[in-house]
Amino acid sequence: MVAIILIIVLVILVAWYIGAYNGVIRTRTHVQESWSQIDVQLKRRNDLIPNLVSTTKGYANYEQSTLKKVIALRNQLTEVPADDHQQTMEVSNQLSTTLRSLFALSENYPDLKANAQFSKLMEELTNTENKIAYSRQLYNSSVANLTMKIQSFPSNIVAKVHHFQESDYLQVPEEEKTTPKVNFDDFGQDK
Amino acid sequence: MLYDQIAMNKRRTGYVMFGFGVLVLAIGAALGDLFWANWESGILLAAVVTVVYMLIMISQSTNVIMSMNHAREITDENQAPELWHLVEDMAMVGQVPMPRVFIIEDASPNAFATGNNPEHAAVAVTTGILERLNREEMEGVIGHEISHVRNYDIRLQTIALALSAAIGLLVNFSSNWLWWGGARRRDDRDSGGNAIGLVISLVLIILAPLAASIAQMALSRNREYLADASSVELTRNPQGLISALQKIDDSAPMKAADANSAALYISDPFKGKKNFADLFATHPPMADRIERLEKM
Repeated sequence: MVAIILIIVLVILVAWYIGAYNGVIRTRTHVQESWSQIDVQLKRRNDLIPNLVSTTKGYANYEQSTLKKVIALRNQLTEVPADDHQQTMEVSNQLSTTLRSLFALSENYPDLKANAQFSKLMEELTNTENKIAYSRQLYNSSVANLTMKIQSFPSNIVAKVHHFQESDYLQVPEEEKTTPKVNFDDFGQDK
Repeated sequence: MLYDQIAMNKRRTGYVMFGFGVLVLAIGAALGDLFWANWESGILLAAVVTVVYMLIMISQSTNVIMSMNHAREITDENQAPELWHLVEDMAMVGQVPMPRVFIIEDASPNAFATGNNPEHAAVAVTTGILERLNREEMEGVIGHEISHVRNYDIRLQTIALALSAAIGLLVNFSSNWLWWGGARRRDDRDSGGNAIGLVISLVLIILAPLAASIAQMALSRNREYLADASSVELTRNPQGLISALQKIDDSAPMKAADANSAALYISDPFKGKKNFADLFATHPPMADRIERLEKM
């Protein structure tokens, strides 16, 4: 009798352990997946920048210094080691800021703005910038999930045994930091 | 909060379908009794028709609703790059699959979402909204629509719409039938039967708006506020949605919208002018929505 109870308890413990382990693995996979989403967008932007250079070639005086800075940052981004997420995002944020100022400056070039190819490129780059921002938002929320799993009882036992590492949050650029506080208190259960 | 809303919407979808089923069977029984003096066959017929109708509706609802609102689908990002990219962004951050995208030729700015579940969803916007709103504002609007998709508001709204339209159809059909059928049978029946027929047809005609209001009541009054708040949760930018709502409010009513679909839109497409009763207003006042967003 006692043996049977012991076996049942053991089976339950093993089943729980497997479940908890898979849970941590799953959240860790989410973090990796959301990083690769960012990575895809970064690559896309890097591919678009040479087009920007060739499209604006005809406009000889088009913000040469800003454009040079964009190219320098783009090349710098390709040299950052692939697993250094923090540094990648730091360079990427600088590139975003520079691109944004380049867009703002294009207001001064009515000919360029009227160019269909340029406006298509602007849309592509804006789209990529937005997707980088949104995939960073997703990345940070999946990091938050992983951190919670690793720190909270009882999944922290599993995390400790298998040496699961917490991931770092990606820094959000200063100008995007103003996050509104979304308040759902007004939406209590519905009548 | 989101999960509560999803669970509640699924539950209410069940209630609406059940209520509708009972109503249809009652109408079937009344018709069977009247025409064949046999209510069982009326129920059977109504049940068969309803099941077939529901199956068609579940598989075709998006197409039906889109064509009722004169929307055309865009299937390639080059047809409307900015719109396509915004829908992609919001679907990504809302973690739902990319919905189908439709455009309605109408100068009035408006938008809606429909579908049975997030895997089979569609978003439609008017040409007016694309012209008037800037990117940030559009983002707020698309975020609002994606929130309806995520909440399963779309399933409840679509089914409620389909069912009230079906009852309207049934009632129209049977009251016509009663009128002409009643006239033909005048010779072989005494006037008593005719009086009963008249009473029943009156009852059915009264049932139509009742069914419509049941469907309206099933829709949460909070759903628009909730979708506004969820949109800000996605975009992190309340100002975009606020100025979008102001621009939408400050415009002429829509021409292409279908009256039964009014509740689907982000803002009442008829600006309250065609609502047969204020009692059944489909949307909360715009000033309240903007005020709640400003508090965020």
